Amino acid sequence: MQLRRTPILGAWGGEWRSRHQSQFEESRYNLRVFGKDRLAAIGVCWVAFMILVAVAAPWIAPYPDQGRGASDVSERLQAPSRAHPFGTDPSGRDVLSRVIYGARIPLVIPAIVVAGVLLIGVPLGGIAGYFGGKVDEGIMRMTDVFLAFPSLIMAMALVAFLGPSLRNVAIALVITWWPWYTRLVRGMAVSLRQRPYVLAARTMGVSRWTIIRRHVLPNTVGPVIVQVTLDIGTVILEVAGLSFIGLGAQAPTADWGLMISEGRQYILSEWWICTFAGLAIFLLVLSYNLIGDGLRDVLDPRTKR
Amino acid sequence: MSVRAYLIRRLALTAFVLAGVVLITFFIVRIIPSDPAQLYLGSARVRPEQLAQVRHELGIDRSLVVQFYTYAHDLLGGDWGESLRTKNNVLGDILHFLPPSLELILFAMTIAIVVGVPLGAASAYKSNTSLDHGSRILAIAGVSLPAFFLALLLQIVFFRILHWFPVGLQIDPTIAQTHPVTRITGMMVVDSLITANWVAFGSSLHHLILPALALAAFPLGLITRMTRSAMLESLEADYIKMARAMGVRQRIIVLRYALKNSMAPVLTVIGLTFAYMLVGTFFIETIFAWPGLGTYATMSILSLDYPAIIGVTIVVAFMYVLANLCVDLVIAKLDPRVVLS
Amino acid sequence: MAKLLDIRGLKLEFRSYRGVVKALDGVDLAVAPAEILGLVGESGCGKTITGMAVLGLLAKPQAQVTSGEILFKGDDLLKKSEGEMRALRGREISMVFQDPLASLNPVFTVGDQIARVIREHKGVSRSEALEATRSALSATGLPDHGGLLGSYPHQLSGGMRQRVCMAMAISCDSHLLIADEPTTALDVTIQMQILRLLIGLRDDRGVAQLLVTHNLGVAAQTCDQIAVMYAGQVVEQGPTIEVIKRPYHPYTTALYGCLPQGKLAADLSTIPGSVPDLIDPPAGCRFHPRCTHVQAECAAQKPALIDVGPGHQVACHWVGRLGVVPGERMHA
Repeated sequence: MQLRRTPILGAWGGEWRSRHQSQFEESRYNLRVFGKDRLAAIGVCWVAFMILVAVAAPWIAPYPDQGRGASDVSERLQAPSRAHPFGTDPSGRDVLSRVIYGARIPLVIPAIVVAGVLLIGVPLGGIAGYFGGKVDEGIMRMTDVFLAFPSLIMAMALVAFLGPSLRNVAIALVITWWPWYTRLVRGMAVSLRQRPYVLAARTMGVSRWTIIRRHVLPNTVGPVIVQVTLDIGTVILEVAGLSFIGLGAQAPTADWGLMISEGRQYILSEWWICTFAGLAIFLLVLSYNLIGDGLRDVLDPRTKR
Repeated sequence: MSVRAYLIRRLALTAFVLAGVVLITFFIVRIIPSDPAQLYLGSARVRPEQLAQVRHELGIDRSLVVQFYTYAHDLLGGDWGESLRTKNNVLGDILHFLPPSLELILFAMTIAIVVGVPLGAASAYKSNTSLDHGSRILAIAGVSLPAFFLALLLQIVFFRILHWFPVGLQIDPTIAQTHPVTRITGMMVVDSLITANWVAFGSSLHHLILPALALAAFPLGLITRMTRSAMLESLEADYIKMARAMGVRQRIIVLRYALKNSMAPVLTVIGLTFAYMLVGTFFIETIFAWPGLGTYATMSILSLDYPAIIGVTIVVAFMYVLANLCVDLVIAKLDPRVVLS
Repeated sequence: MAKLLDIRGLKLEFRSYRGVVKALDGVDLAVAPAEILGLVGESGCGKTITGMAVLGLLAKPQAQVTSGEILFKGDDLLKKSEGEMRALRGREISMVFQDPLASLNPVFTVGDQIARVIREHKGVSRSEALEATRSALSATGLPDHGGLLGSYPHQLSGGMRQRVCMAMAISCDSHLLIADEPTTALDVTIQMQILRLLIGLRDDRGVAQLLVTHNLGVAAQTCDQIAVMYAGQVVEQGPTIEVIKRPYHPYTTALYGCLPQGKLAADLSTIPGSVPDLIDPPAGCRFHPRCTHVQAECAAQKPALIDVGPGHQVACHWVGRLGVVPGERMHA
């Protein structure tokens, strides 16, 4: 087996690359299969586009100040026009700019929530599944209790006592979501525990932590990624929903859910206030769902369309 | 493990989880707020004696364990405190507002199951046809639309444009006057049906449809997708091959054999959608002015009515746990392998 | 004696993403009434596919029969519609598979599943179906106590499960039973019981059988006739005694040579080379790249079956060259 020397990583890099050769090839194959899924590709493009929009907001929004919250009452409730392609809202703010700035929240918050959930849920699941016995029981009972709280209820309760803010919404979501991943990873860990290579490692005296880290957890990556992409959509919907009732983003922040709530009473006449924001949510969540579906088809071809 | 042993184990687990729920809500109520007494009194400036008085009343000058014991004891006894807003017993308030929400949830759940399961099964049976692609689009759209946005859209289309359905409320106010419905269960459709109040029945049913549709969209999508994928997996199984080899009709193979095998994951998803609906009603009710638990909860939140908020939290969590228990029991009945594992 | 099942020149291809797999290349097989034919060969030689092709169980768009006939009682099964085949399956021709646990639906009772098959073919009432179920179960040696009908597959042992599958197969009095590796997943002690059951079915009920197996010992003990397959071609066939005692085809003799009986570890032999990739199989006789007696025409032309003994046929150019007189003893 030839050791390919990578200029950047040097000799060590080369050895790592050839050891992980088969994984790279498998990833490349998976990527190709995934690429064939046109809908998933569209999803990826849209998400990438949204990320660009969110990052470039101060430069592409026609009225960046209004995107950040400044109001201009003289221009309120204007229908879509050349000056305001998406119209203006009850405070006179340009809806297009608000939608652009609003793209930041559904990209940042889910990322934070997912990071928190993975950091807590995955290791717990690996430990529970691998060690079994009392540890498993204890962790599983804890997940059962936390799973009893629908996330919005927990958000509602927390926000009531800690005050409405996106930060508290994120905390609430992390608290209610981590058990799912613990369960998912635990289930896989339990079956992985029996695999021959794990038994072989144990016979050779490899420590349990090393086994979990090197053999169990890496094998859970696939389904976890699929689950994460499917869940991001739901997180976005929940954040938007909480902002809609007033528990999440607060005025004058540009948040799509909040915008829908602001425009709600005008919906029958000044339809543009709600609609573009709602459409934005729909398209972003749809994209994540398409990506998640595509990933699932790659990892589990039996469910192929 | 016998069926009985499984049942006992499951019930014990449920009791444990409910206890855990109470513990966590206690944690939220007493431990998170820096000063529950101050919270209780609101932002008004208070004298130290008042603060001490409230502290004593709330019992937070005693040890945590004692506090928890009193808290749990009160809960079980039905004393859930007094709503700061309505001044009623919180439990009483909740029981009053719960039935309309249940009505909405049950109706939406029925729609989701009755449409979703057959649609998913048909998609699996005729996979890769236009039926399959169509249902897939529908399902994905359903899970991607925010329910409150869908509710608004439905209002625009079906009320404002088409004038087919009313914009909100449980029943036409005029009919409520002329044909009042006696409150038995609290669910207007059910009550009017029981009392043979046909005019009210028609009106309340008419009012139920839009909110139920808005609520059912997400579960419908989820159930359709799950049924489809579970069926596809079942149809790949060897026992299906065997049944075909034995000459069993395709219709029986799909509708009896494969479907029953797919029920476990589908039922689990149904349990999850129940949780979704429990909170989904909060949004739908606000938009359709539906007098249910969601409306009560939203108003409690906005007025910082802590006893009410906690009461709602506990009720919803309890209902979700019980729903999951029911789902597990049904699964155990359908899939004998579960009990024996 | 008219053959019950007569496969003639069956050629079958599979469409796969890597190319066209030429799975069967002119298979000739025949099973007489109340006779057990063993179809023997390594994994991947096409024996399972042959069995499934008889019942039309291969997925239509991917699997294509390119030529040949499958005659059952004189009718060509390949020309039948799906509805006609369905009426045939389980009724006239039945099949049992290798893994009895996977073959039975885990969420239905054993009694339910057998009764369902009976009711599909005979429009009888539930109670009559249950009666027939009981008699089918007892015919396969399973005790008739109420508990059995109401039990679920995972509650039974491997041997019992296989008997249940067989009971299902004979419940409608089929004339031909295709058994695909019926004992491979079972313990050795149970294997004997199942094989005896198969023989019993032939003797008591006159059920003809096509027994697909990779185990020569199983075939030797149970079958009246044996056909040896290699890479989609039938290379040798005849009465069991003939094929076991007087094998002619180089593949058959090489197979016997691989049996570990009575040898020390150092003496174990293998057949050099490996089973060909059927997307691009060797031309002519598919065994020729590995054959110790390869001739010039082996790569060009597929050998036809020639007689070398009473009812004993071999497809081999080398054997043809040797000018064997039927009945003469061969020295390999």
